Amino acid sequence: MAQGSMAPGIQSGRLSAEDLDENFADLHPPYAPHEAAVAADRCYFCYDAPCITACPTAIDIPLFIRQIQTDQPESAAKTIFDQNILGGMCARVCPTETLCEEACVREAAEGKPVEIGRLQRYATDTLMAQGVHPYSRAASTGKRVAVVGAGPAGLACAHRLAMHGHDVVIFEARANAGGLNEYGIAAYKTVNGFAEAEVDWLLKIGGITIETGKALGHDLSLETLKSGYDAVFLSIGLGGVNALRAEGEGRAGVTDAVDFIATLRQADDLTTLPVGRNVVVIGGGMTAVDAGVQSKLLGAENVTIAYRRGRDAMSASRFEQDLAASKGVKLMFNVQPVAVHGNGAAVEVELEYTTSEGGALTGTGETVRLRADQVFKAIGQTLQGAPEALSLEAGKIAVTGAGRTNVAGIWAGGDCASGGDDLTVTAVAEGRDAAQDIHASLMS
Amino acid sequence: MADLTTDFLGISSPNPFWLASAPPTDKEYNVRRAFEAGWGGVVWKTLGAEGPPVVNVNGPRYGAIYGADRRLLGLNNIELITDRPLETNLEEIARVKADYPDRAMIVSIMVPCEEQAWKDILPRVEQTNADGIELNFGCPHGMSERGMGAAVGQVPEYIEMVTRWCKQYYARPVIVKLTPNITDVRYPARAAHNGGADAVSLINTISSITSVNLDDFSPEPSIDGKGSHGGYCGPAVKPIAMNMVAEIARDPETAGLPISGIGGVTTWRDAAEFMSLGCGNVQVCTAAMTYGFRVVEEMSAGLSRWMDEKGYANVSDFVGRAVPNVTDWQYLNLNYVTKARIDQDACIKCGRCYAACEDTSHQAISMSDTRVFEVIDADCVACNLCVDVCPVEDCITMERLTAGTLDPRTGKIVSDEYANWTMHPNNPMSTAAE
Repeated sequence: MAQGSMAPGIQSGRLSAEDLDENFADLHPPYAPHEAAVAADRCYFCYDAPCITACPTAIDIPLFIRQIQTDQPESAAKTIFDQNILGGMCARVCPTETLCEEACVREAAEGKPVEIGRLQRYATDTLMAQGVHPYSRAASTGKRVAVVGAGPAGLACAHRLAMHGHDVVIFEARANAGGLNEYGIAAYKTVNGFAEAEVDWLLKIGGITIETGKALGHDLSLETLKSGYDAVFLSIGLGGVNALRAEGEGRAGVTDAVDFIATLRQADDLTTLPVGRNVVVIGGGMTAVDAGVQSKLLGAENVTIAYRRGRDAMSASRFEQDLAASKGVKLMFNVQPVAVHGNGAAVEVELEYTTSEGGALTGTGETVRLRADQVFKAIGQTLQGAPEALSLEAGKIAVTGAGRTNVAGIWAGGDCASGGDDLTVTAVAEGRDAAQDIHASLMS
Repeated sequence: MADLTTDFLGISSPNPFWLASAPPTDKEYNVRRAFEAGWGGVVWKTLGAEGPPVVNVNGPRYGAIYGADRRLLGLNNIELITDRPLETNLEEIARVKADYPDRAMIVSIMVPCEEQAWKDILPRVEQTNADGIELNFGCPHGMSERGMGAAVGQVPEYIEMVTRWCKQYYARPVIVKLTPNITDVRYPARAAHNGGADAVSLINTISSITSVNLDDFSPEPSIDGKGSHGGYCGPAVKPIAMNMVAEIARDPETAGLPISGIGGVTTWRDAAEFMSLGCGNVQVCTAAMTYGFRVVEEMSAGLSRWMDEKGYANVSDFVGRAVPNVTDWQYLNLNYVTKARIDQDACIKCGRCYAACEDTSHQAISMSDTRVFEVIDADCVACNLCVDVCPVEDCITMERLTAGTLDPRTGKIVSDEYANWTMHPNNPMSTAAE
């Protein structure tokens, strides 16, 4: 029987533990101090720097890089954390190529921006490795705030509230805090249990309690939270996954990409994690790339990401596309799934070519079949379990200003709330800003 | 192909690049390899008087100033003159010179300010058949505390006296090496000239403390928690050295006195600049100490190419060409009116020009919502700071206003007539015709 990548069906143990260790190592190895100094020296300390404008959390990037230049990575970290308490994770997962580094004037000048993300990681890692938490709490206000969801938005909100002297309880449906930092995101972007360590570090400020296994709509209701707390912040993420709406979607082997990624992230031993020989990922975002690349890294023989529009429309950045290609993942554009064929379990995916003339996507009628014993759906997540009292906007909780919902005393932020890109860094910004608004409301 | 052969005081060398008196020229092994690498000449590390040699510290001798990526910009040292026996050095000098007759061999000397001391050592140096001597009146550390080095170079009368002794007791060329640790370098240069020196060489190192250890508060380099000022050299000192060279080159009292240029020469361009300011050759130390002897290959090739491009057949074709253009401030043309011009296509929108102009003085650059930076002619004094801070070469340039146009800052029509401060109405000493 064929072994390794050639083994038929969905199998674990395609690669040795050594190969898996190598495949899932840090995508961008951390800087050594001299590398950081050289990289930092490239920063021009621009006036009203475009990188700051491009950062959703508005980190003072030229200042923190200058602090690295002057051999104070700890001061640099403080500059970062002042704006973004999850600056460590954002340094790893931010699509910097479409944010700060795209705006860097050296990108315009020579196509090689200052490596802001890696410098940010150097600074934040240095401080966090010292086990130091650089913030303390203001005197207790006696106010209590409930935060629902321990993802980036919830954690950022809770930290800022705790800093202002409020007592915070975070309710988290899953077993671990961290949200997509813990359950989403490719493993090679956050190695060595960083997400969990970051949560532990963040909680060092004190005043924050996390209650896991508590989900809104099951164990909690908005009414009880409203009556039990002085304010409520909802950061419940997007729990649902869009359907393929293709024939045969129910066949075995067709699963949600987010579940595959979550299982992978929680796995203690990747040799036990099954993956198909022929994997097809449907979608064009970061989740599609994370699922596709990690399938390949687990030892799948053929991995294809099938996206219904052209390359330029793909929400995964060009860097992510190139990363996938470099790992041997095939990218197909302008194809949409019409059927999953098989006999009980999936065997093939049938894709129809598309055109998008005048913005409307239409099938051309021409189809192609790809072998597929595993099909991942990565065509977007949807809001699930939002309380009925809340108004929605485009399928998300409608918010105005700093995350205010239509219900007084209820704020929302992160992926579940309207507006903003669904990025870790935007979630942090929304959580932080909502906390400031909650604080102002509570203290007025 | 340009001919780099240099005649300095009648001493011929295949190129104008000499190694300065310093650690790289302290022994035969080094100097032979330097000549093999292509150096045109060396000034042997300074010899002291007969007797027990000096001793050096046994801890760090050097301190450094870095630019980006630990690029060495400035080096400071507390090393003394050669700590090897005089006879050993003299034997080696004679052997190397015999084997490399086409290279310049100069011997640096530092003995006490007593006639007998010079009378004793000079004949022995002469016997080596070296091409000339250089009087070390420059080292600012250690030896100066014993009345030698910079302690002599800071007293013009001593310079003249010792130079005179050397010309009396030594038949070959005498070069006087000057210290920059003075207020006006023309006085020691004039003294050397008056004493009969064949040439001056400059600069020696600048008294300096490169850094302070903020844990134990010791200056660096630290010797058991204490530090002593050292001599500063390397690329950082080049501007200071070039000014001193130019001051001597254009001083009527020393006009025509040959100069050997020293101070941060690192590339062919540095050498060309020093020579254009009147140096017949240059001496190099820090670049060789930092990168090794091979840097002379770049210097020779680079100077040769530049000379070819400019049509100079010999180094003498461009030596001193910049000297007539070094003048006093009072003679600068006040009717030379320029304005900064920003090339919008080259601009990368960093805004450094804006920050510099805004926070320095003139507020003469505007910034739009879309980060377009433009010069406000009515406020631009043409200071050049924006050019200096711009990270993109040639993105900002200074453009001269043509005669007859209005300078919106002064409200005056630009004149094409030369007019300087001595003629200006605001000058109470003005000599302008009413």
